[in-house]
Amino acid sequence: MAQTQSGAAGTKSLPALLQRNATQFGDAPAYREKEFGIWQCWTWAETEKEIESLALGLINLGVNEGDFVAIIGRNRPYLYWSMVAVQSVGGVPVPIYHDSAAEEMAYVLEHCGARYVIAGDQEQVDKVIEVQDRLHQLEHVIYLDPRGLRKYDHHSLHQYSHVQEQGRAAHDEWITDLKARRDKLDYDSTCVMLYTSGTTGKPKGVVLSNRNVIESAKNSAEFDKLTRGENILSYLPMAWVGDFIFSVGQAYWCGFCVNCPESQDTMITDLREIGPSYFFAPPRVFETQLTNVMIRMEDATALKKRMFHYFMDHAKRVGPRILDGKPVSGMDRLKYGLGNLLVYGPLKDTLGYGRIRVGYTAGEAIGPEIFDFYRSLGINLKQLYGQTEATVFITVQPDGEVRADTVGVPAPDVEIRISDNGEIFYRSPGTFVEYYKNPESTAKTKDAEGWVATGDAGFIEEDSGHLRIIDRAKDVGKMADGSMYAPKYVENKLKFYPDILEAVVFGNNRDRCVAFINIDLSAVGNWAERNNIAYASYQELTAHARVLDTIRAHVEEVNKSVAADEMLSGCQVHRFVVLHKELDADDGEITRTRKVRRGFVEEKYADIIAALYDGSETISTTTEVTYEDGRKGSISATLKIIDAPVVPVATQKVAAE
Amino acid sequence: MMLDASEGYVTADGRQIGGVVMEMKNITLRFGGVVAIKDISFDIREGEIRAIIGPNGAGKSSMLNVISGFYVPQEGEVWYRGAPRPPMKPYEVANQGIARTFQNIALFEGMSVLDNVMTGRLNYMKTGLFAQALWMGRAEREETENRAVVERVIDFLEIQHIRKTPVARLPYGLKKRVELARALAAEPKLLLLDEPMAGMNVEEKEDMSRFILDVNDEFGTTIALIEHDMGVVMDLSDRVVVMDYGKKIGDGTPDEVRNNQEVIDAYLGVAHD
Repeated sequence: MAQTQSGAAGTKSLPALLQRNATQFGDAPAYREKEFGIWQCWTWAETEKEIESLALGLINLGVNEGDFVAIIGRNRPYLYWSMVAVQSVGGVPVPIYHDSAAEEMAYVLEHCGARYVIAGDQEQVDKVIEVQDRLHQLEHVIYLDPRGLRKYDHHSLHQYSHVQEQGRAAHDEWITDLKARRDKLDYDSTCVMLYTSGTTGKPKGVVLSNRNVIESAKNSAEFDKLTRGENILSYLPMAWVGDFIFSVGQAYWCGFCVNCPESQDTMITDLREIGPSYFFAPPRVFETQLTNVMIRMEDATALKKRMFHYFMDHAKRVGPRILDGKPVSGMDRLKYGLGNLLVYGPLKDTLGYGRIRVGYTAGEAIGPEIFDFYRSLGINLKQLYGQTEATVFITVQPDGEVRADTVGVPAPDVEIRISDNGEIFYRSPGTFVEYYKNPESTAKTKDAEGWVATGDAGFIEEDSGHLRIIDRAKDVGKMADGSMYAPKYVENKLKFYPDILEAVVFGNNRDRCVAFINIDLSAVGNWAERNNIAYASYQELTAHARVLDTIRAHVEEVNKSVAADEMLSGCQVHRFVVLHKELDADDGEITRTRKVRRGFVEEKYADIIAALYDGSETISTTTEVTYEDGRKGSISATLKIIDAPVVPVATQKVAAE
Repeated sequence: MMLDASEGYVTADGRQIGGVVMEMKNITLRFGGVVAIKDISFDIREGEIRAIIGPNGAGKSSMLNVISGFYVPQEGEVWYRGAPRPPMKPYEVANQGIARTFQNIALFEGMSVLDNVMTGRLNYMKTGLFAQALWMGRAEREETENRAVVERVIDFLEIQHIRKTPVARLPYGLKKRVELARALAAEPKLLLLDEPMAGMNVEEKEDMSRFILDVNDEFGTTIALIEHDMGVVMDLSDRVVVMDYGKKIGDGTPDEVRNNQEVIDAYLGVAHD
């Protein structure tokens, strides 16, 4: 390969990789951000200068080795630079979810004892100021966007560009210091600390070393043959390990270009303009895009509609096979080529996927239909399974072995073991160092030999060697009759319907399962518009008789499919309710990465669950809601409880083992 | 609060306000027999947010139209930057650095947000129709420069995501923001807002308030606004003029106005004689 990364022996830290990139291909683009309607670009050489002046500025401001520096904001080149600059001066960057409420932020800042915060804008600065009194270690706040901050007290508040200016001014004074600090960094120094959102309890600070990050980036880049010619769009939260590996780890290892969208709302447009070659998204993004395509096709002319459906049917038949390099008849290939010219190509361009070589989805299970749709278009979408503690990679799907129902084979250098109770364990160079200030949890998760418990239950398929995930290990339980209970399995099936946003199934130790369902406002709202159904609010829509009928039909179908699975046939949903509000991270019902906090939801809505089991037909309830700015309110509703048809299952007596 | 014309003052949140920019001297405006404004005097100072409030039909919009030069009062004078202002055409007013938004949105519905905001730069375009049609040399350079200003405004008001969207497709709250963008694109020294929050929900009102404060803070723009929502006005403005039935019944800081008996009567309703 012409673009093999050289000089890797001496590059044991991010700043070292930065230097290498700036020396070897200084003119290549490193970052782009759309601002003022234009893609602004920084080369690797420019990036190095920017990061250096920020690092000097940080030393000038008094950042010591070992200090924690929190970074809060949406994806912007400046904030990515902050992470590397902080590491250059021997500090530890701690990215924090920019949509967290002040309270959550306070917990993290206090736990790591951050002395400095680098914030994106006024909104983030306000949140920090709100909780400042409780944070005794916090000394300085640096902000990026000065807007609205002019009147603030600037004793401990600094503008990012000023810190850089001061750094440049004090160049001669601090440069030897900076170099010394940079040279001290090695594979064992901390690269980053990421807080896991955690579906239970308080977030934990996962400490990742340079070894974790660089080895993982190297292995995964080789696995997918990533080069420095790649372009990625960085739009996922910076505090999430995935973004850190893709936008920092792999970007620095390979030397590819990181593109930041103009604002959160322009992501789809920016995606189309950049046309990334390597792309990462949670299933939610693919679902939304597919829903939009389908909605817009409804409005297309009859000819276009027929063409679309004709060629999509063909693509579904042969597309995945062509992508996997399996034999396909010449006629089918020709027809696929024509379809590519007329439908697939233009569609991919519209979606922004025209240039994708490798695409990943992870975080949640993706619906097989959604998965197949993208693959049939010729988009190499794959799944991976990972977690923060593993620096993302546990298993990945190799090209040509992609399936919707598995998460692939162990990633390079990763060992996997399934324990007797079905829990997945792994050991890899990416295995985290520790949970910060929490040796107890560290010991519980990682044993002396370095095996880490994932908390997920799964098994390895005999013939293919692929890993299949069943559910969170602690969520897998038993029904009253002893059959297996795996709520996630059923929930995922439900969520594959575009009009169901979220589903929560209950039934551990009970005689039957029941479910909460959240409808998807955009999908159901659109359907309502088409069918002339007037509604004033989300709540009203959730209670509409025809909506309930549709959901009931979905539940019925899911029950049929669940019944077909011998192991899990007991998990059919007998009764369900469509919730009057969306489960929301601000209310603590789901995590910032949109995973349901099962225990919390069960407790909060205990009255509804009771009604689901006691046979009542309606339930009146009042729910407390938290607004984005932390204010509280409440909504009351009377919910209808619906019975869903179930498929009778012949009770199988499993031989006692 | 009594001040000289050249004197400034310091606001409650510590901003320095300058001398008088515009002064209304004994303005009376009649439409036939109807007297819309009766002998009103007040001033607007450099860098302040000045509100005109009052119940329905108090003459607020008429007052704003007098300030903008659209109505010429039968009696009294409008002084702008130390000199009486003669009757003017709207574009002459715009050239003086005054821009406004309208109570009933007045945008070009079929045009994109970007094009609408670009119209705010009209006064800065010097090249002729022909040169612009050919889009060469100076015309091209001029458009690039103006576009740069417009893009800053778009960024400032956070409307990047609708840059290319036709205005007709936007919800009401966003249209209001686009109108503000167009006014800002003219880089006004004095910005007139006619009921900027009318018809908005709480969240949209909060957003708009933030934008108004930020405009004032960031560009130092003097802002005169008319508003119905008392809560918003009191939070936002430095000084308030209260009108009722065409007369000025109060003038001062929000606190002073809030405790003014006449104002309380006007809002709570007292029989008029």
